[in-house]
Amino acid sequence: MNEITPDLSRLERLEGIGCSRKRREDPRFIQGRGTYVDDIHLPGMLFGVMVRSPYAHARIISIDTSKAKAHPGVHAVLTAEDLKPLKLHWMPTLAGDVQAVLADGKVVFQNQEVAFVVADDRYVAADAAELVEVEYEELPAIVDPHKAMDADATVIREDLAGKDVGAHGARRHANHIFNWQIGDKDRTDRAFENAAVTVKQDMLYPRVHPCPLETCGCVASYDAIRGDLTVWITSQAPHVVRTVVGLLSSIPESKIRIVSPDIGGGFGNKVGVYPGYVTAIVASIVLGRPVKWIESRNENLTTTAFARDYWMTGELAADTDGRIKAMRVNVLADHGAFDACADPTKWPAGMFHVCTGSYDIPNAHVSVDGVYTNKFPGGVSYRCSFRVTEAVYIIERMIDVLAQKLGIDKAEIRLRNFITKDKFPYHSALGLDYDSGDYEPALRKVMKAVDYDGLRAEQAAKRADPNCPTLMGIGITTFTEIVGAGPSKSCDILGIGMFDSCEIRVHPDGSAIARMGTISQGQGHQTTYAQIIASEAGIAASLINVEEGDTSTAPYGLGTYGSRSTPVAGAAIARASHKIREKARKIAAHLLEVSPDDMEFDLDQFRVKGDPARAKTMKEIAWAAYNNVPEGMEMGLEAVDYYDPPNFTFPFGAYLTVLDIQKRTGEIKVRRFYALDDCGTRINPMIIEGQIHGGLTEGFAVAFGQELPYDEQGNVLGGTLMDYFLPTTMETPHWETDFTVTPSPHHPIGAKGVAESPHVGSIPCFSNAVVDAFAHLGVTHTGMPHNSYRTWQQLRALNIAG
Amino acid sequence: MAKKTAVSFTLNGSTVDVLVEPRELLIHTLRDKLAHTGPHIGCETTHCGACTVDLDGQSVKSCTILTVQCEETQVLTIEGFAKGGQLHALQEGFMQEHGLQCGFCTPGMITRAYRLLQEIPDPTEEEIRYWMAGNLCRCTGYQNIIKAIQYAARKLRGEVVETSHPLMAEVSL
Ligand code: FES
Ligand code: FES
Repeated sequence: MNEITPDLSRLERLEGIGCSRKRREDPRFIQGRGTYVDDIHLPGMLFGVMVRSPYAHARIISIDTSKAKAHPGVHAVLTAEDLKPLKLHWMPTLAGDVQAVLADGKVVFQNQEVAFVVADDRYVAADAAELVEVEYEELPAIVDPHKAMDADATVIREDLAGKDVGAHGARRHANHIFNWQIGDKDRTDRAFENAAVTVKQDMLYPRVHPCPLETCGCVASYDAIRGDLTVWITSQAPHVVRTVVGLLSSIPESKIRIVSPDIGGGFGNKVGVYPGYVTAIVASIVLGRPVKWIESRNENLTTTAFARDYWMTGELAADTDGRIKAMRVNVLADHGAFDACADPTKWPAGMFHVCTGSYDIPNAHVSVDGVYTNKFPGGVSYRCSFRVTEAVYIIERMIDVLAQKLGIDKAEIRLRNFITKDKFPYHSALGLDYDSGDYEPALRKVMKAVDYDGLRAEQAAKRADPNCPTLMGIGITTFTEIVGAGPSKSCDILGIGMFDSCEIRVHPDGSAIARMGTISQGQGHQTTYAQIIASEAGIAASLINVEEGDTSTAPYGLGTYGSRSTPVAGAAIARASHKIREKARKIAAHLLEVSPDDMEFDLDQFRVKGDPARAKTMKEIAWAAYNNVPEGMEMGLEAVDYYDPPNFTFPFGAYLTVLDIQKRTGEIKVRRFYALDDCGTRINPMIIEGQIHGGLTEGFAVAFGQELPYDEQGNVLGGTLMDYFLPTTMETPHWETDFTVTPSPHHPIGAKGVAESPHVGSIPCFSNAVVDAFAHLGVTHTGMPHNSYRTWQQLRALNIAG
Repeated sequence: MAKKTAVSFTLNGSTVDVLVEPRELLIHTLRDKLAHTGPHIGCETTHCGACTVDLDGQSVKSCTILTVQCEETQVLTIEGFAKGGQLHALQEGFMQEHGLQCGFCTPGMITRAYRLLQEIPDPTEEEIRYWMAGNLCRCTGYQNIIKAIQYAARKLRGEVVETSHPLMAEVSL
């Protein structure tokens, strides 16, 4: 960080950390000049379309592609049989499982990929896809994960027959994937036996979909003469894709270029590798022409990367004052037909073990079982870091359940159980080391801002009035996130540590280029990254060009998801900037003929201590770096940093919402939502606020409308935007934002990451408010989504609805 | 292969002639044949609004209309907004009020908001919310989009406008 009190006018010119700098990426987007994957047109490009299974579970008797192949304009029709000689009919998943690229012998979920048709354009490809004749023999489908574990349940994954050990240890059943346990079971059980009060609650976190507005897709282009493969792809982790493509295709990584251009939202949906990418690449290699594959919305919603689907049972043990003694959690996780979860390899249930939340819970034990069902695979961390959403949901619901049982106010019970400031760094019962936090002032600030006591008084008055047409609910969450994956000692993807990288080159004129291993999907990296460099290296942000997403130019990095860009890549930027600054210090000292120790950094220049008139600006230093450096020093001014964080970061927040439920109809109106976030050092407040708005809106959607239901045969009932709820301007509430700042002690600039907090924190806040509206009637939980119909049923059950 | 039909229409002020199959959707003609990739495809089922264009003075989701229906029409896409190096007030508003993140919905949003301001130069927040409900955004939470439209409305009415974000730095285009 800077050594001297800054001169504000120069600081403003630098557009550094803390300023609401306008976004560099906006001019192209507002003029329709972004470059998303589907905008890429190459000469001779063909278009690929998937033929998909209508059944959730069926044996493939035969596939006849002859009519499709004979259709004018068709260049290839690929099936598993065509991929077999290339050993590409199955691919590894991020979770240590394998997934059929094109169905091999049988299909295990509806809309599974069966054949890939490549034709002159999307219309011809769609016509020809209709001509592929597949004969199926339907098998019973398993849609309920509990039934998947019945002794006589149909075996979904015949390819795993006889394998009683999976990637994460023993399997108990043909449809069992893993059991993952963490915490001290015996101590936790004893604490429960001795506790004055215990509570227990079942809850389902339904299957939802991240649903970015742009679907997934790619353009693969193989140059047979050069032997080069270029793939433009909607990927949140382009470098890992390069490694995977290299491993699968046997083309050396040096000959593969993966480009993630502009991406129309990711939210976890664009982390994995999907069959369409593989088939497009194969088709391009086979045909020697570029091949484009772009998903339809229906394909996106029904085949790529669901999230959640956690059947959870939570238990808390406490004394009569509400001080929590222990937590027990059991989860049955429905992973669909292939375990394709985007979790760090070492943790089959991701970072779910942050489920003790913001509270000082001395004993805890968690057990998660993953099972196969006939549903599409994925299990991605949708706008959260590897299952944090589920973790925060269960603790924030459970603490309300406990408060209700004890008759303690929901804010008060939180204040009694918070990990206090003096306990940081805090070692949790489930083995995490929370870096920093200051929870109480955050909650108190929110309570004051919304007049919490006033709201509770209003609620009490409404409860006392039988003629009041509405029920009023107040929801609180005080959550702790875990982001910044992550330390390579605990996180990797397919064996590659989850570090991130930054390379900065300062040009002779003092402007610079920074290349990154991350990739923005709307987070505004080009803007904020330059702000970090501005503050840390003294180069005005407007002179810095940030490039991402091209594996041919950027250093290897693990990409953007799980709010890891600022905590990991942001740290790499700061450290690369510091390397630049240290070299600049030596050059400045050389130019002024003093010792480097006598130089001090002042925003955008180095000056002689005690003689501020003698100074060299970064601009002058940059020029000198190319013509006049100290003897023995390498020319140039550049630095690269691969940052492997020592720990995760733990942003937190306190959210409060007030809603009114129409007794007659079950309609819910969110009256107020107040979100206070603490993400440590704030780089660009405007962008942070925007991310919070977005995360809250996605949280609102999950809480009140989203789910991917299935019927008994395994048909997805939410496959279009007609059925799958994305909120519009009409439903979306007004958001109020606030903040406190508790920097991370181990991050070079103290930043923690923010974009997922609002999603993670708001969903239980909404649920808590809905349940709170019914709490005086003895209701302890109602399932999501809290749509009007479900709420109306609840009202009917309680004899309230008209 | 189906027989092709010649269609002519005006695209952002210039006449275009294009050969299409009768079943071809306008969005595909614009994007694949006429290199206007500003309008995006988010659903192809008329739900998301990413493909919105202005057609003869009406907002139209270009995934919902056949190109052959566009004979002799006037089509305005996002590419037609900035004139002579000058941004349209709406484009400026979206940037000043941080009305976008990934930018995928933005061309459709701006095009729809343009029609709104043609019809109602001084819309209330309720009117904006009502008019924009056919355009989905997954990133912004809409609040800043509403502010962006209000910014543009004020500017187009000749008022002096300031952004609600205390911005320190200007971005040069
Ligand atoms: S692509 Fe036309 S409305 Fe979604
Ligand atoms: S800015 Fe991403 S969808 Fe609107």
